[in-house]
Amino acid sequence: MSAVSPSVVVGPIVAMPPPETPWQRLRREFLANKLAVLGLVLLLLAIAAAVFAPWISPQNPYDIGKLDILDSKLPPGSKSADGAITYWLGTDGQARDLLSAIFYGLRTSLLVGGISVAAALAIGSVVGLAAAYFRGWIDALLMRIVDIQLSFPSILVALILLAIMGKGVDKVIIALIIVQWAYFARAARAAALVERGKEYVEAAQCMALGWRRILARHMLPNCMPPLIVIATIDVAHAIALESTLSFLGVGVPVTEPSLGMLIANGFEFMLSGHYWISFFPGIALALAIVGINLVGDHLRDILNPRNAQ
Amino acid sequence: MLAFIIRRLLQALLVMAVMSALVFVGLFVVGDPVSMMASAEATELDREAIRANFGLDKPLWQQYLIFMSHALRLDFGNSFLAGAPAMGLILERMPATMELAIVAMMLSLLVGVPLGIWAGLKPQAISTRSIMTGSVLGFSLPNFWVGLMLIMVFAVQLGWLPASGRGATVKVAGIDLSVFTLDGWSRLILPACTIALAKTALIIRVTRAATREALPMDYIKFARAKGLTWSRILRVHLLKNILIPIVTVGGLEFGQVVAFAVVTETIFAWPGMGKLLLDSIITLDRPVAVAYQILIVFFLVMLNLAVDILYSVLDPRVRLQGAQA
Repeated sequence: MSAVSPSVVVGPIVAMPPPETPWQRLRREFLANKLAVLGLVLLLLAIAAAVFAPWISPQNPYDIGKLDILDSKLPPGSKSADGAITYWLGTDGQARDLLSAIFYGLRTSLLVGGISVAAALAIGSVVGLAAAYFRGWIDALLMRIVDIQLSFPSILVALILLAIMGKGVDKVIIALIIVQWAYFARAARAAALVERGKEYVEAAQCMALGWRRILARHMLPNCMPPLIVIATIDVAHAIALESTLSFLGVGVPVTEPSLGMLIANGFEFMLSGHYWISFFPGIALALAIVGINLVGDHLRDILNPRNAQ
Repeated sequence: MLAFIIRRLLQALLVMAVMSALVFVGLFVVGDPVSMMASAEATELDREAIRANFGLDKPLWQQYLIFMSHALRLDFGNSFLAGAPAMGLILERMPATMELAIVAMMLSLLVGVPLGIWAGLKPQAISTRSIMTGSVLGFSLPNFWVGLMLIMVFAVQLGWLPASGRGATVKVAGIDLSVFTLDGWSRLILPACTIALAKTALIIRVTRAATREALPMDYIKFARAKGLTWSRILRVHLLKNILIPIVTVGGLEFGQVVAFAVVTETIFAWPGMGKLLLDSIITLDRPVAVAYQILIVFFLVMLNLAVDILYSVLDPRVRLQGAQA
């Protein structure tokens, strides 16, 4: 932005160089909170487990041929029938090693959460910025759609969409994008409305820059911080929603169990005392979500100008 | 005020029409409900008869128009499976869902508001930190998993409470309610706690934020300068003012609780309308799914309207405007 608008016009920016860059301040304030650091560690562990799942898992849980039905429903710490693997967290009804299944399940869960939120963020930002920039009937129309969308509980919309589209990781992602974009559109519009009244936008308009350039290069970067905070917390929301849908049996297919489906599979064995099949995937899911929430929560505190000293 | 309400209702009608059309077309695309209804030995002739009987032989747009013209007279057609009126089936299940939702919401308000005020009054105390950390856990733990774990501990391991179903009911004003029997409570308490856990966490956070915002205000300082006791300041001055965000959030969350009842009802085999929706989607029972959508939109719009009106009652500074909608 500084390349386009001469600093003479902007004025007060030249006063007093800051003692540290915004990134340094962000890092210092973030690391000052122990809970936030704990959240970050949890999150990084979950991501690492998901990324390296094929290399660190004792077994490939998707390879039905490798599973030995004699090993099904073994309690945690048991050895497999051929003595090759120790099932630290036990096995499920189909003789999958739960630890491996959890690593692979985290993969599906984080993938679905990450991609759907990124896409929803992109769509929502475009819609919100456009609504704030053009105002008038475009704004009215877009925001009415957002209102209607938000007046519906996400789980109901996702349930109907998946009933129509059928099961599948890609379909879950599409459903999650559809239920989430409106949040970002509303937040982006609110942020953009504030930015739109500022002088740098006026300056860019005076220079007869196209609206695409003003929106993308000038306004968007200034609207990003609040959106990123919402996106962080929303990943947790998306993961929880995905696992809920899979639990209800309309999410991912049986062949690629996500954490929600692992928990659902364990449900039928729980009443007969095989608690671990539901228990451990749930713990993994909860830790990942707690991690994301702690990080997002603290990011919001840091980035909120009202809390800044 | 009247213009505001009328505007809202018109908006609701529009949403109901759009959603019903989407669900109608959507479930049409998914599959042929006749295949679910007819037995395996049914001849093609039998299938034709079923199709004609339910009007499924007509083109889709005609089916929708017929459905809508009936819907305007509050007739939502018969369930493909049960044969009974779809709306009747849902309304029959509604008290169970509402009872669960109301008990859960009460529970979270009773626990959440006092804890939230405490956390707002003493932001640095160790107890506050544990309350706030607990609240992060509260809304992070996946709801359905909490339900499963409660069943595991209290029904399987300890054997104190039954794991599923609804207990004995008592008819009150024509509605079956289970909150008046001990058996009813023993089956209600686990699903209610499952829902309440996440909602309590949210109420705590809202209450704490509102309390912290209200404390530095002049009216609190003035009340203290007058020499009022803390308990009176809390009960009269603080509580009245923080009530507004709590009512707003509580009201909107109530809608969420009713919608998310799908999950809790599935786990605890609670005979409510959420379970009915899931079953109707799986069995392609279109009239029930569409009627449910229409009912829930109506319910949510009414709830939002009630919250808005209550808002202006609680805070005379707020004026409802037709333009704001």
